[in-house]
Amino acid sequence: MPSIRQNPFPETLPDFRNFGVTARALIAANLLALAAALLTEPDWSNTLDSFVTKASFFEPPLIASLVVFYAAAPWLLRISYWGGCALMIAVVLAFTAITRAALGEFATAGLVRTLVLAATTSVVVLAYLRLQIKAYSPALAEARLQALQARIRPHFLFNSLNAVLALIRRDPRRAERTLEDLAELFRALMSDGRNLVRLADEISLIERYAAIEQLRLGERLRMSWDLDSAPVDAMLPALVLQPLLENAVYHGVEPGTGIGDVLVRIERRGDRVLVLIENPWREPVTGARAGNHMALDNIRERLMLFFDDEARLNSSVHGARYRVEIEIPYRDRA
Amino acid sequence: MSGELRIFIADDEAPARARLKELLADIHGELPSTVVGESSSGLEVIDRLPGSAAQVLLLDIQMPGMDGIQLARHLCALANAPAIIFVTAHDRHAVEAFELNALDYLMKPVRAERLAEALKKALAAGPAGRDRVERLERAAGQARDFFSVAERNRIVLVPVGDVLFLKAELKYVTLRTRVGEHLIEEPLVSIEREFADRFVRVHRNCLVARAAIRGFERAGGSGEEEPHWNVVLEGIGERLPVSRRLWPAVKGVLPEGKE
Repeated sequence: MPSIRQNPFPETLPDFRNFGVTARALIAANLLALAAALLTEPDWSNTLDSFVTKASFFEPPLIASLVVFYAAAPWLLRISYWGGCALMIAVVLAFTAITRAALGEFATAGLVRTLVLAATTSVVVLAYLRLQIKAYSPALAEARLQALQARIRPHFLFNSLNAVLALIRRDPRRAERTLEDLAELFRALMSDGRNLVRLADEISLIERYAAIEQLRLGERLRMSWDLDSAPVDAMLPALVLQPLLENAVYHGVEPGTGIGDVLVRIERRGDRVLVLIENPWREPVTGARAGNHMALDNIRERLMLFFDDEARLNSSVHGARYRVEIEIPYRDRA
Repeated sequence: MSGELRIFIADDEAPARARLKELLADIHGELPSTVVGESSSGLEVIDRLPGSAAQVLLLDIQMPGMDGIQLARHLCALANAPAIIFVTAHDRHAVEAFELNALDYLMKPVRAERLAEALKKALAAGPAGRDRVERLERAAGQARDFFSVAERNRIVLVPVGDVLFLKAELKYVTLRTRVGEHLIEEPLVSIEREFADRFVRVHRNCLVARAAIRGFERAGGSGEEEPHWNVVLEGIGERLPVSRRLWPAVKGVLPEGKE
């Protein structure tokens, strides 16, 4: 198993399905064009004219290329980095050539000059995106560490072990199942948090977790699951749902003497995956049960690392219920 | 006395209570005991423990309603308070506080030998001194939600929020609520310190709930009574004199829009 320090930089192309990546590519290309206009024109009004003229040439191939990259993103992520770069530059050059042919009579530069310019711009943008990924990649490696920090509370571990001990004599089979559940939970916990996992696996994990809590808390915990339309092949960062459910139980059910209803709903809406976890709202007490926000911030940060600004995490209080909602893009393959 | 140690178990998780009973049965040969009561919440313990004649209370710290440490403090008021052995799964702050105050505790999962040892020790030592439990509570860093009043063989809890004022008289402090009065045996000074944001001192012998103050009115000045200010309280007719020395601090308490 690679440690955090080894292989810290995954050699993958940027994911153009991500709005952040596409926006950065657009802005970088346009800034280059503006810089070119500033360099060649001596005064401001000419600069603007020159930029607009250049724009009519470079925007069509730029946008067309981004559309192709968007569509081909799942495939591009699986091929080698340098091969992918070469292919992408080839696509840009092809669109540039087509655009130039279409606008031939207005062309101000020869075909070769135009193509060299397009290739240079592509290289600069790709280099920028690579640097950007690299800048984030220590953070990505750290995601694993953070997943560990979002780990199951010791309080839960020791109480669960205690509950299993109480079962061994009276109900050995249930004790076995509970130990198996605990083992699964800890296997997931110690796995590499940098990876995306299938939603189906995350769901089975939180079901195991809920089974253990059910054993401890008995009728005080009433779980409702609404997973019929959950897109089980969706990919998401590991250990996002479990800490949220743990929070729901720890803050919403354990401090109360009555029955606590916890709802988990996961569904797909278009190309978005929506997760809702709801529990009874209780005034936070100082000290002992603080720290909910640290867990939420941790999860939000990890969602950002994987999905950039395509992910949302909101928490809110609706009357007597506390609600955490997550929205991530639906990806069946990473 | 039957020779069997009478034990009360307080834990909100049923499997945890079952486990402790199993262990008690395991060590029965060495230390005969009988479980005289069980509870799954702090308030239930307050209700049931006094009548159970328990000698030892096995008390989980993290319980809904009222946590174990606060509970321990209220139990101290009982004339025949049980010895308390705290039980915790993982609570670093509490464990530090126990160590600091030399109180015995058990970690979950509990071992039979450790349980036997703790029970013997608790029996020898008797109920923990009230001062030690108070220190423990302070170390845990929480203000109480209730004042507790020991009345014969039971504990009456008075929510701190219900108290309009406290008045010290000789060795007792009188708690006044909208509906009645209770006597507690606690120095006014320590109450003032514990609930600084809730009560304000208006007189050498009197603390008033800030939220209950409706206004002030002038009094005295005729006859032999010195002129002074009185506190007018929400909900009761009684007026409380403000001492001249404390008036500057007290008059600032009134929120705007009142008077």
